[in-house]
Amino acid sequence: MKNKANTKGRIMLFCARFVAYFVLIFLSALCLFSFYMLIINASRSNAELQAGFAGWFSTHFIDNLTNAWNDASINIPRGMLNSFMIAAACSILTTYFSALTAYGIHVYDFKLKKPAFYFIMAVMMIPPQVSAVGFVHLCNTLKLTNNYLPLIVPSIAAPVVFFYMKQYLESVLPMEMVEAARIDGSGEFRTFNQIVLPIMKPAIAVQMIFSFVGSWNNYFIPALLLDKAELKTVPIMIAQLRSADYSKFDMGKVYMFIFLAILPVIVVYIILSRSIIRGATAGAVKG
Amino acid sequence: MRKHKGVSYAKWGYIFILPFFIVYILFTLVPQLTTLYYSFFENYRDGLKQIGPNYVGFANFIKLFTPDKTGSIDILKYFGNTIILWVMGAVPQVVIALLLAVFFTSYRLNLKGQQFFKTVIYMPNLIMASAFSMLFFTLFSRVGPVNQLLVSSGMADEVIDFLAIRVSVRSLIALMNFLMWFGNTTILLMAGIQGIDQCLFEAADIDGANSLQVFFKVTLPLLAPILVYTIITAMIGGLQMFDVPQVLTNGKGTPNRSSFTMVMYLNNYLQTSKNYGMAGAVSVVLFIISAGLSAVVYRSLSKSYKN
Repeated sequence: MKNKANTKGRIMLFCARFVAYFVLIFLSALCLFSFYMLIINASRSNAELQAGFAGWFSTHFIDNLTNAWNDASINIPRGMLNSFMIAAACSILTTYFSALTAYGIHVYDFKLKKPAFYFIMAVMMIPPQVSAVGFVHLCNTLKLTNNYLPLIVPSIAAPVVFFYMKQYLESVLPMEMVEAARIDGSGEFRTFNQIVLPIMKPAIAVQMIFSFVGSWNNYFIPALLLDKAELKTVPIMIAQLRSADYSKFDMGKVYMFIFLAILPVIVVYIILSRSIIRGATAGAVKG
Repeated sequence: MRKHKGVSYAKWGYIFILPFFIVYILFTLVPQLTTLYYSFFENYRDGLKQIGPNYVGFANFIKLFTPDKTGSIDILKYFGNTIILWVMGAVPQVVIALLLAVFFTSYRLNLKGQQFFKTVIYMPNLIMASAFSMLFFTLFSRVGPVNQLLVSSGMADEVIDFLAIRVSVRSLIALMNFLMWFGNTTILLMAGIQGIDQCLFEAADIDGANSLQVFFKVTLPLLAPILVYTIITAMIGGLQMFDVPQVLTNGKGTPNRSSFTMVMYLNNYLQTSKNYGMAGAVSVVLFIISAGLSAVVYRSLSKSYKN
């Protein structure tokens, strides 16, 4: 009797595992399919692409790469450099100042501590788009259009990153350490920069990646502020590609542009996927 | 917090949080208030002529909710589009994510290769939405590989113009949103399930509950606060839907504006017609909706903290 139930349980488990693997493999294939097609098509010449569907690589990857890289109307190397500079600056500013703000609220006791904290929590959910009108107007008034400052400086105030850093500090920073530093005569800024920042390295690394990726992919605000060709970022160029009359385009080149736009993030992701995925949950509210 | 004899460090607290607040006030709070302010003004370009800014009271809002010649109210139509697109992507997103989160955390299933699957399904979340959308456009265009495959294999008699059919455009947008977000939701829900006291699962096991009973009687009720949080933050994200439909339809929301979203509407006033008054009014409507949704998040969170 007991043996029978055991066999039944085993068969059930086998079926459950089969279903689970089937669903996982199907979804993974769905995720990878479009990227697979992208790489395949980026290796095919325009004539091959017009001729019909193919499921395997061709030999024109380097040709497409040189054509896309040297394109006269869409200067992708320039765009990638622009995007990189903005994203790098944003990721440094956003992590440093979010850590600083979180430290200020976590360690010190002051009258406005609670109101400041609740204020940041309250504005965390407001979509950035709702202030776009005033933001564009402000940039027009200050003559900051076609300038990277309004794309970089606002990253100093990032409520979500602040919240992540605050939670991290709560779990890793003992007050005794701050007090010991004080007794040793360390100034408050020095304590933060030389003792607290190194402790926060894992949190900073994760948030640097997320903010770099967020800034690299950002389309809405940069598209409103940048219209000079030499200042445009990658997402603006991709949208420009869409609005051009694509039937006249060398399609191999189009696939290569898309490939180049997502390549840096894919490379970073492949190297750091473990810590990125871990970081995705750590900021979330625990139940 | 400990008290220090004589020495007060309070000023350092202010100094450390000052940069955040200066930047927030200058680049977010002030623009938010001026957005509200401009929504009461007539302020746009008519050809080369600049009209306004003239104070017009609620005229922009009234205009926003006045039916046009055909009797439809644009903002309601675009709000409806945004909701339809969001629901089409979010329902499978949450259902699948819940399923996968249970798979990954199941002690009984003990799946191999978890890290690989997680890495793959999370990846689309980091991909540039505009590039992903452009990729789908090229794959599903009239001369793209999908059509080539359909025609050459005989599954379709002639080329299908996916971007001219309402259902297919909406489905493509929903598919992209699903692909970009289900991995992220899976990871969040997994963390939620792992946060549940393991004894409860063991107890249910000893009492002879089957997997379905465990899921509906233990996992789901205990996961409810996180599920609500996930769904509502996804809603606020869905309200901001822009890059994917904008690039896929070249900013036109084809066919017949059936995939035109709220933020595309805002962008249209802001970038194309430079109508700051109307753009301000649309922003205020967006703000009210997202503030309402956030209030629900905080209510559900504070409830779960009390418990």
